[in-house]
Amino acid sequence: MPAFMRRTTQIATILGATVALLPASAHAQDMRHGGKLVLTNGISTIEGASGGGLTPWATIAGNSTKDGIGVQASATVAEVEDYDFRSASIAIGIFDRVEVSYARQMLDTNWVGGALGLGNDYKLDQDVFGLKVKLFGDMVYGPSALPAVAIGAQHKKNLDGAVVRAVGGRHAEGTDFYASATKLFLSHSVLASVTGRLTKANQNGLLGFGGDKSDAYDFHLEGTLAYQISRKFAVGGEYRSKPDKLGIAREDDWYDLFAAYALNRNLTATLAYADLGSVATVPEQRGVLFQLQAGF
Amino acid sequence: MFSIALLMALQTVPADAAPAPHAMPGEEPVAAYAPSNANAGARAFAGDGMAKAFGGQAGIRRIVDTFVNRNFADPVIGEIFANHDQVRLRRTIFEQFCFILNAGCDYSGRDMRNAHKDMGVQQADMNRIVENLQFAMAAEGVSFAAQNRFLSKLAPMRGQVVER
Repeated sequence: MPAFMRRTTQIATILGATVALLPASAHAQDMRHGGKLVLTNGISTIEGASGGGLTPWATIAGNSTKDGIGVQASATVAEVEDYDFRSASIAIGIFDRVEVSYARQMLDTNWVGGALGLGNDYKLDQDVFGLKVKLFGDMVYGPSALPAVAIGAQHKKNLDGAVVRAVGGRHAEGTDFYASATKLFLSHSVLASVTGRLTKANQNGLLGFGGDKSDAYDFHLEGTLAYQISRKFAVGGEYRSKPDKLGIAREDDWYDLFAAYALNRNLTATLAYADLGSVATVPEQRGVLFQLQAGF
Repeated sequence: MFSIALLMALQTVPADAAPAPHAMPGEEPVAAYAPSNANAGARAFAGDGMAKAFGGQAGIRRIVDTFVNRNFADPVIGEIFANHDQVRLRRTIFEQFCFILNAGCDYSGRDMRNAHKDMGVQQADMNRIVENLQFAMAAEGVSFAAQNRFLSKLAPMRGQVVER
């Protein structure tokens, strides 16, 4: 078992134990697990939160409604021109209100690592701890003008502090804060989600936080636009604007086009074409992303 | 003689007047209420596009039959329906769908809050009902886009159906 998988398993055990303690609340007599409509828990972002692949939605992970506790886990593989990206995540959704998530990210730098003096196939690793709270609204039900609205935070711990300093990053740890609004407009079968994020993360934190150009929080917009073709199948695109704080490595906004298919109530497969732009001095990083997500 | 005439008169009165929507023949009566299309909980679609997409009144009737049958037979939510007057439910849901789809009906049932009062419908039950309706619409060949358009009229009613 690779180190990052082992760590994910440990965190899963801790989260599982936390959940085991939760039913001792006022909801205990009404607890009921599962029951969400297919696909309405989204997929898992590369940061572990439920949503699209690149940006969170105002959804709560797992298949449970406000009467239960759900779990969602994912494995993501992205192969762009010069890098390989992997992430594994697990998230707990509590009463369709609170989401606690963890993701482990790994970026294999292949030949770029050698060119940067790190050694070929040097791997950058990062832990992402997430918390999201749905404030009000509903993605499917209620007035069409009232989206689900959530706020969240993602604390990221880069495990390669020496590399972060070498590229000009100011910190190996950082916290993003975001707010998301998400609605499925049934009259047009269109899902729209918008997220505003305060961040100083370079390449999602894999190159640290803050840099020689700036160490301030920037406000960035992200979003998903998707069309629901059937109960189980949706296609769409995503956009995520990003900071640009490192003098040596320009950073570009991210885009993707995706197709997500619910194989059944518990498994969703997503295939995407992603354009990550320039990553750690190497431009035109485009490629394929695949995710398998399980929700309960 | 007089008493027999009175008896006959009493018997014929209900036959002459239209039966009240809260006490239709063959249905269990419910508490009296003022019937109105506003009770359907949504405004009707304009034009005949949606009525056609659902196969007109005949198609809507088949969809409602499949939908109601599935709900009563459902292993998860069947018990919510178990003590329900199936005849009345079938009639009022048909009227409601037909009215909203602008297929030429008036709705004579109760409003959504009163119709679902004390049924104990949870969010997961509501989702199950939606899935049964999706199955029934798909079985009738209604396109997914038209299914969602119809659901967009029903989705705002969630607050009157789901308890708490």
